[in-house]
Amino acid sequence: MRGSRRRPGRGTGLPRVLLVPAGLGLAFLVLPLVALVVRAPWRTLPELLLTAQTGQALRLSLLCATAATGLCLVLGVPLAWVLARAQFPGRRLLRALVTVPLVLPPVVGGVALLLLLGRRGLLGQVLDERFGVTLPFTTAAVVIAEAFVAMPFLVIAVEGALRGADRRYEDAAATLGASRFLVFRRVTLPLIAPGVAAGSVLCFARALGEFGATITFAGSFPGVTQTMPIAVYATLESGDADGAIVLSLVLLAVSVTVLVSLRDRWLTGSAT
Amino acid sequence: MAHGERHLSAPAAPGLAAHLVVERDRFRLDVDLAVAPGQVVALLGPNGAGKSTSLQTLAGLVPLSDGAVHLAGRCLDDPAAGTFVPAEQRGVGMVFQDYLLFPHLSALENVAFGLRAAGTPRREARATARTWLDRMGLAELSAARPGALSGGQAQRVALARALAPGPSLLLLDEPLAALDAGTRMHVRSELRRHLADFDGCTLVVTHDPLDAMVLADSLVVVEDGRIVQTGSPGQVARAPRTDYVARLVGLNLYRGRAQGHDVAVDGGGLLVVAEQAAGPVFVTFPPSAVALHRTRPEGSARNTWPGRVAGLEQHAATVRVRLDGAPPVLADVTTAAVADLDLTVGASVWASVKATEAHVYPDG
Repeated sequence: MRGSRRRPGRGTGLPRVLLVPAGLGLAFLVLPLVALVVRAPWRTLPELLLTAQTGQALRLSLLCATAATGLCLVLGVPLAWVLARAQFPGRRLLRALVTVPLVLPPVVGGVALLLLLGRRGLLGQVLDERFGVTLPFTTAAVVIAEAFVAMPFLVIAVEGALRGADRRYEDAAATLGASRFLVFRRVTLPLIAPGVAAGSVLCFARALGEFGATITFAGSFPGVTQTMPIAVYATLESGDADGAIVLSLVLLAVSVTVLVSLRDRWLTGSAT
Repeated sequence: MAHGERHLSAPAAPGLAAHLVVERDRFRLDVDLAVAPGQVVALLGPNGAGKSTSLQTLAGLVPLSDGAVHLAGRCLDDPAAGTFVPAEQRGVGMVFQDYLLFPHLSALENVAFGLRAAGTPRREARATARTWLDRMGLAELSAARPGALSGGQAQRVALARALAPGPSLLLLDEPLAALDAGTRMHVRSELRRHLADFDGCTLVVTHDPLDAMVLADSLVVVEDGRIVQTGSPGQVARAPRTDYVARLVGLNLYRGRAQGHDVAVDGGGLLVVAEQAAGPVFVTFPPSAVALHRTRPEGSARNTWPGRVAGLEQHAATVRVRLDGAPPVLADVTTAAVADLDLTVGASVWASVKATEAHVYPDG
């Protein structure tokens, strides 16, 4: 019985020729981050971190990403529910439409948002003339751009959770006299809470890193629309490499935190 | 059963009167059910007979294709009249096979759920739920999550949850199937006690004859979507009308044609019975009434016929022998007899049954 004597680690039958591209792939993903950390101006880091610009951009980023996640939750959970539960013609088409922002280049999304909500846009014109509301190049525009790009992540995660949830719990609640909305609120939502949480974290991470749609639809005004990714770009453009590196490090730290929270709390949690 | 006529759907009846018709691809359910307040009726049948579908139609989780459901004088479902009362407005409680306790709520909150849904203030709903848990002997577990409860405890919480809102009809879907054999006997007698305290109608679905016999006042046996037999547990146990029921209650059952004391068994064989009968009949006798012999017996038994051993199965202190012959028969013999007669699969033996042991009753 040679098989049973195999040492651990050799049992996977991995062709060695694959190890080379696998190692290159890993290096390709990790080395840029290593370069970022190595090149960071560690000595001047504290004072660079404490500049007004960094704090402002970080605060705005967190605020907008949180608001965008909230918007996605309010609109995306019901949308996921319709996709998962309702039976109507064209449901597949609707599902495809919802996922378009996932594959659409964000800058195209920004242009599309301008054409809808810009001063001369389909809806923006009405908003401007009737209510005097102008959205582009405001903080609200940042939230809208981020929500546009990030919502599919939430919808897909919640829809999957809804499909995986045992609907008989809802039947049980109905036999106890609970109205449909009460069932949704007190039974369905708690049952899919891990999926909603995972979707929210993904949504937040995507919103936090949003660049293309935001800069197109909201521009780059420090303190108003200049979020962290846009600040990185603007700082690099102005020739301040150290400043850009510091801002990038902060974003990297936030991203890693999000990833860790996702892994420990939701991905492994919902799998058990 | 006369379909089309709504003979059991008398709207004024105080209990449950239902004619359930559900049509699916290759399955048709068509059963009449009547349950009086305070009565416990068991719906007994093999898997796929339509028992669970019947419960779902009564609960309002599956609409009827035809027929009608009336509960306490109220029409709940009548497709011909366009009436369908959704589950949440029916006042029908249900205990699901795997209980389906809400995993994110404590036992107390589970029981209070129906009361809260009915608009009872939180404090009052919790107090009522607490008395229900008390009554079920679960007072200490009110804060426990369903995941921390044993099967028997979960079943009692599910029962309390279904009963707390005060339903006029209680449905139990295989209430003991999820339990292991050890706790099952105890939970079964507990359940019987709690059902006796409930003054509404109770319908229990089960495939276990013992559950049905212990829990119910009346049995309805369903096979392939149709009722094949109804009656008290005693009646059904004494005079089964299908092979399924006969197997459940452990009797040999033959369908045949009687003339005086002789019954010509469908499929071959002749049985002599003590009672006189005529026309299509059923004949039953227990496997313990069958004696086996190596050679043709000379005794007083009126029925003797040869057969071949087709199978042996240990049953507690006896061995059940399956014999191929005309007719085929089940015999219970002692382990010693198996040794003495050298019974093995394929062995040729003689079976004998006294005419007085065979019970004959008309078919139809």
